[in-house]
Order: sequence, then structure tokens, then C-alpha cells
Amino acid sequence: MGKLFIEFLKLGLFTIGGGVAMIPQMEQIAVKDNHWLTEEEVVDCIAVSQSLPGIIAINMATFIGRKLYGIRGAICATVAVALPSFIIILIVAAVLDQVGNYPWLTGAFFGVKAAICGLILVTAVRLGRQILRTPFDWILMIGALGAIAFAGINAVWVILAAGIAGIVRSVIRSGGEVKR
Amino acid sequence: MTYLILFLAFFRIGLFGFGGGLAMLPLLYQSIQQFAFMPAEEFSDLLAISQVTPGPIIINAATYVGVHAAGIGGAACATIGVMLPSFIIMMIVSRFLQKFNDNALVKGAFEGIRPVTIGLVVSAAMFVGQGVLAKGEVISMAWIREGLSYGNLIGLGIMALAILLMIIPRMKPLPVMLSMAGLGAILGGTGVLG
Repeated sequence: MGKLFIEFLKLGLFTIGGGVAMIPQMEQIAVKDNHWLTEEEVVDCIAVSQSLPGIIAINMATFIGRKLYGIRGAICATVAVALPSFIIILIVAAVLDQVGNYPWLTGAFFGVKAAICGLILVTAVRLGRQILRTPFDWILMIGALGAIAFAGINAVWVILAAGIAGIVRSVIRSGGEVKR
Repeated sequence: MTYLILFLAFFRIGLFGFGGGLAMLPLLYQSIQQFAFMPAEEFSDLLAISQVTPGPIIINAATYVGVHAAGIGGAACATIGVMLPSFIIMMIVSRFLQKFNDNALVKGAFEGIRPVTIGLVVSAAMFVGQGVLAKGEVISMAWIREGLSYGNLIGLGIMALAILLMIIPRMKPLPVMLSMAGLGAILGGTGVLG
């Protein structure tokens, strides 16, 4: 289990840019380097991790850890993948509290924030090309944007409503019969 | 009490956070507002830090919000809270991955949720862009009243440059973030940002 811990610790420490950036790296570690999962298992795992709620990296760490060593393995992998974030942020928060308001530091933050807006829009367009196909998709997307950004409705309700709308639509489409 | 609120608020974010870190940001922003964990203006600073440090963005953000609201104990509560739904759900689902993927109800629900995640991602830009792309809120009648002078032209310019770098030479997000941090530092240090 030491190996599992170390591999996930490295993953949490060296992947910058969020959980999605971890996916190819995790695939490499789990399939090619250590033969923990087969190619098919990892594909299934990625698909499920992306459709489940929560943090993709934690979903995958839980899956791999559980497969190898049961619940203890799952805890080991999830703690390992989150630990670097936790420690680094505690240090960063403490350091930022100490340093004063230098104009260059405020400027650096300003630059990153503007760039993140760009990253968000690029991501939205890339995702949108894959996901937004039917008028139903567009209505839901625009409705969600309006509800959250303009009307200030809590995103939790929007997500619940969207899930119910999707289920209702699929039931109607299949003529009232839901296959198990 | 703060510990419990932090834990529950971040548990809710983890439970309803579909579609990856960026799509979870509106949940984070609304929770910070609702429970006043930190001033809403600091949300974009929080995000900047979470994006350029290692690890999943939402875990970084949970730790940062937690330590600001209630010290290291608060950081632990928020971080464990946001991770726990993923952990529990995956422990249950991993026994029948294939069946889960093929279940008609699950498929139907995700057909509704998937397009909504795009709306969530876009609304995240509205929250982050406050004060960066415009003087106040990004979507505002002030654009009509004040025209372009309502916008922050330097912020809009950096955003446009970042988009170009990600599309044309297909630069990865991290080098783009770091270059824009450098550019911002120069602009700030020389007093251009004011």
C-alpha cells in the first residue's frame, strides 16, 4: 500500500491545473506503470468519474484504491492525492497573510484572474461543441446560465431541476417504459 | 459551529458538483456568499491561487476558504467535507461500474445535467470577472450607460491574449496563467494598473 500512497502523493504534488489535468497522468500510473487496472477498466472508470458528482481525481483514486486494497486502499489513495494540495495551500495562505500589498503582486493576481476568465470561456466552447447538440441542450444551458448568473438562484436547485428534466424527457421518449 | 457549517457547506459542493472543477465554481461562490466565509470580492483571488497551485482546484479552494474562516481545523473540515461525497459515491458505484453506465435513469439524468454544466462554467466567468473585466459586475446595464469606459480594458486585453495563446499555438493553461501573471506583475509594478 506504500507504493499506492507514494504514487498518488506524487500525482497530487506534480499536477497543476486541476483534476482534469490528472486524468492522463493517472491512466499512465494505473495501467502502464503498475498494471493496477486494465485498459477497459480505466476507460469505464474515467467515464463514471466524469458523470458522477464530485471531484474527478477523488473518484478515480477511490476506485483504484478500493480495487487494490478495499476500503483501506481507497482511503490511502484519496488522502495521498489531496494531501499535497492541503499542505501547499496552508503554506501559501500563511505566506500571503505575511506579505504586504505590493503593486506587482496585485498585478500578478490581476493577470491570472483575467487569464482564468479566458480559460473558462475556451473550456466552455470546447465542452459546448461536444455536448450542445439538440435544442433541448441549448435551452437547459441558457436556462442554467440565466438562473445562476442573473437571477441568483442556487446552483444546487438548477442541477436538481436539470437531472429531473433529463429523466422526464428520457421516460417520455421511451414511451413510459424505463429499462433497467 | 463554524467547523460544522464549513463541513456541511463543502459536503454540499462535493455532492452537487458535476462536470469538473470549473463547473463547481458557482456552487463555491454561492456558498461563500451564503455563509460569509470570506468577502465575495476575494473569490477571484481564491480562484487564482487554486488554479496555479498543484492539485484539484476545488480541494485547494476548500483548504483556502477553511483556513481563512477557522484556521487549520476549518481547513480540514472543508477539505474532508468536499472530498467525502466523491469517496462515498464511488465506493458504492465501483461495484457495478458497467451497470451504472448503462442504467436508463442515470443516463437520462445526465442528459439533463451535462448541458447545464456548460452554463455553470460560463457563469463562473461572470463571478471571476467582477472587477477584472469591468468596474463592477460583468453583466450590467452600466455597459449601456457608460459604454466601454465601464470595462477594464487591461483586463479584457489580458483575457483576449490568454484566449489567443490557448487557441492558436494551443498553449497549455498553466504556462498561459504564469505568463499572464508575469505580464500582470510588470503592469502592476510599473503603475500601469493604477
